[in-house]
Amino acid sequence: MTDLATYNFAYLDEQTKRMIRRAILKAIAIPGYQVPFASREMPMPYGWGTGGVQVTASIIGPEDVLKVIDQGADDTTNAVSIRAFFQKVANVAVTTHTSDATIIQTRHRIPEQKLGENQVLVYQVPIPEPLRFLEPRETETRKMHALEEYGLMHVKLYEDIAHNGRISKTYAYPVKVDSRYVMDPSPTPKFDNPKMHMSDALQLFGAGREKRIYAVPPYTEVVSLDFEDYPFEVQKFDQNCALCGAHGVYLDEVVLDDKGGRMFVCSDTDHCEDRREHGHVGEMLAPSKEAAE
Amino acid sequence: MATPLVVSEVFKSFTMHLRDGIKLPVVNDVNFSVASGECVVLGGPSGIGKSSILKMLYGNYAVDAGQILVGHKDKIVDIAHADPRTILEVRRHTLGYVSQFLRTVPRVSALDVVAEPLFARGVDAAQAKDKAAELLAKLNLPRELWSLPPATFSGGEQQRVNIARGFITSHRILLLDEPTASLDAVNRRVVVEMIAEKKREGVAMLGIFHDEEVREAVADRILDVSQFSPRKAIAA
Amino acid sequence: MTDTPLLKVSGVSKFYGSRIGCKDVNFELWPGEVLAIVGESGSGKTTLLNCLSTRLMPTAGSVEYRMRDGNFRDLYHMSEAERRFLMRTDWGFVHQNPADGLRMTVSAGANVGERLMAIGDRHYGKIRETASDWLSRVEISTDRIDDQPRAFSGGMRQRLQIARNLVTGPRLVFMDEPTGGLDVSVQARLLDLLRGLVNDLGLAAIVVTHDLAVARLLSHRMMVMKDGHVIEHGLTDRVLDDPREPYTQLLVSSILQV
Repeated sequence: MTDLATYNFAYLDEQTKRMIRRAILKAIAIPGYQVPFASREMPMPYGWGTGGVQVTASIIGPEDVLKVIDQGADDTTNAVSIRAFFQKVANVAVTTHTSDATIIQTRHRIPEQKLGENQVLVYQVPIPEPLRFLEPRETETRKMHALEEYGLMHVKLYEDIAHNGRISKTYAYPVKVDSRYVMDPSPTPKFDNPKMHMSDALQLFGAGREKRIYAVPPYTEVVSLDFEDYPFEVQKFDQNCALCGAHGVYLDEVVLDDKGGRMFVCSDTDHCEDRREHGHVGEMLAPSKEAAE
Repeated sequence: MATPLVVSEVFKSFTMHLRDGIKLPVVNDVNFSVASGECVVLGGPSGIGKSSILKMLYGNYAVDAGQILVGHKDKIVDIAHADPRTILEVRRHTLGYVSQFLRTVPRVSALDVVAEPLFARGVDAAQAKDKAAELLAKLNLPRELWSLPPATFSGGEQQRVNIARGFITSHRILLLDEPTASLDAVNRRVVVEMIAEKKREGVAMLGIFHDEEVREAVADRILDVSQFSPRKAIAA
Repeated sequence: MTDTPLLKVSGVSKFYGSRIGCKDVNFELWPGEVLAIVGESGSGKTTLLNCLSTRLMPTAGSVEYRMRDGNFRDLYHMSEAERRFLMRTDWGFVHQNPADGLRMTVSAGANVGERLMAIGDRHYGKIRETASDWLSRVEISTDRIDDQPRAFSGGMRQRLQIARNLVTGPRLVFMDEPTGGLDVSVQARLLDLLRGLVNDLGLAAIVVTHDLAVARLLSHRMMVMKDGHVIEHGLTDRVLDDPREPYTQLLVSSILQV
């Protein structure tokens, strides 16, 4: 009895991977520039990370260790599904530990832990064009990028300040890459923007529905747009993580009951677990620990 | 320049294309000159071409042939053949025109209308307005009217604004088309004195005056335009 | 008065197959000079304006512009990037319909400030101040700085468009029927404003209009077009008071007196 047909390594055929790799090389050569690519039909619909999956599929090798996070968590449905997908079609090792991973595919967050030279961060991107909501014409936005005409981007920020007293964009905050292209960092919170600047790791961005790939090579300047008198600022949290006590990390709000009870915990689940393993505790856990003693 | 204005062999006719191209001759072979400090009055019956001559001199009408030589700065410019920019420059610096009717511009006050020729020459706004006020006062235009646009003024009031505007600069040549037509005796005398003052400053003037009294008072010489009329040829 | 023209137009023609858009247009424009291009519908005046302002490529002829460094450049031998930059800084274009020349969904202040931000201004406070200053210059109440042009009347939108164009101190402004479609009283106000600004700023302008009164008020020189040809040109008051060509005489005599 012959073996049933199996998937090609990492699902995509070799020609497709080649095409995507070429797009990736071009993207790395022109930091922040959106390279069009022939996005394939994937076994999940558009809007579920097909861009990120195609990029990961094109760069992953048998020796790689893959981590997948969704809004910072390894245990949401999507993260779990995509991780399982690659286990099945590439038979690669997977992990939830940031430090053990060589490829990290992420939806809308950058891990708290500083990434290293041997790591690649693959972002899932819904709308790659930072100017899209100001200028709906693709023909016009392409010209604007080509001619470095970014006045409109500042118009948006100006409007924010005029109407809200401050720049109110808190996620997908536009950045200028390598002093040339304006880029949408994907809907990561602006809190994460500084992590993109001069990172040791390679950052790749895939938008499946819009069919674009872009990249920020390691040690590249990534500067958030602002005004001289309204400079870029990250969000600040008053609290520490209720579980591990971490300070200066991005926190999620968790509703506990219907009486308004809530707690703030690390969005990056691995970071939180890691800290707890090393003995750090937050308020939430401290009383129970005392009780246990 | 002793003779800042020389008109030589000028011919003009109108071709009315809307009436099957009838040609209406206006003037034939106009020759005359005006010296500095001289006021020459154009005489002749109504419709003989006096206003048309003034307009040709100002570049407002084109000529069919001939030359209109104006001493401008240290050159001689032929208005009949000069390009628009040159004509505008001559009008700005050398050649002034007090037209018969004031063409009003909405929203510009009488004071600003009068001061405008000085603004155009780069004079400081406050100074220009002071000079304008001086002239309007001399011409007895009521103070309350100075800040209003002249569109609703009476004929005589508009005429006084026009005169002030024409006399405010130090143009070396002035063309005056019926400047006293709508004025009362008091103001006519004011204008006569203003003309005399310009003469003393050496300005060459060419004017049309229907009022005999004024004509007698200002004219150094009367130039009968009938001699240039093509109709005399027809009548003869 | 400088002796070098700002714009040199030679033999500009635009054909659509055998149909003539405009033919063989020649003129020069000096700084501070306003040229009116007058004609009825179909005369070719808008086609000519578009050829001059790089919005439409002419079939023949050249349009040379004197850059700020004093050198003449043929506009159609420039790269698109250079043309677009010129369009944003040294030139203005006032559209007949202000909505075509404004971003309707962005505030008045942002509309005026956009060109400044496009050339690299990065101080919010200063940009806002400049925008506010320009709004008052075009007689728009400064407390409307954060309102969108969608909430403005036609005359206000047009004045906003003018402010948006003039904020970078352009040397040449193209205007396509700037008072078209506005109420008469609004027109008067706008024309007076334009006249004042052109004088104060020493702007050169090319104004396309079918309204001879606008030409009389705003321009120094005038070109009359018919069927794509320039049939008469000269000093504005000369062309209007002593028209030579049959068509010009027809145009001038057709104005209704009020």
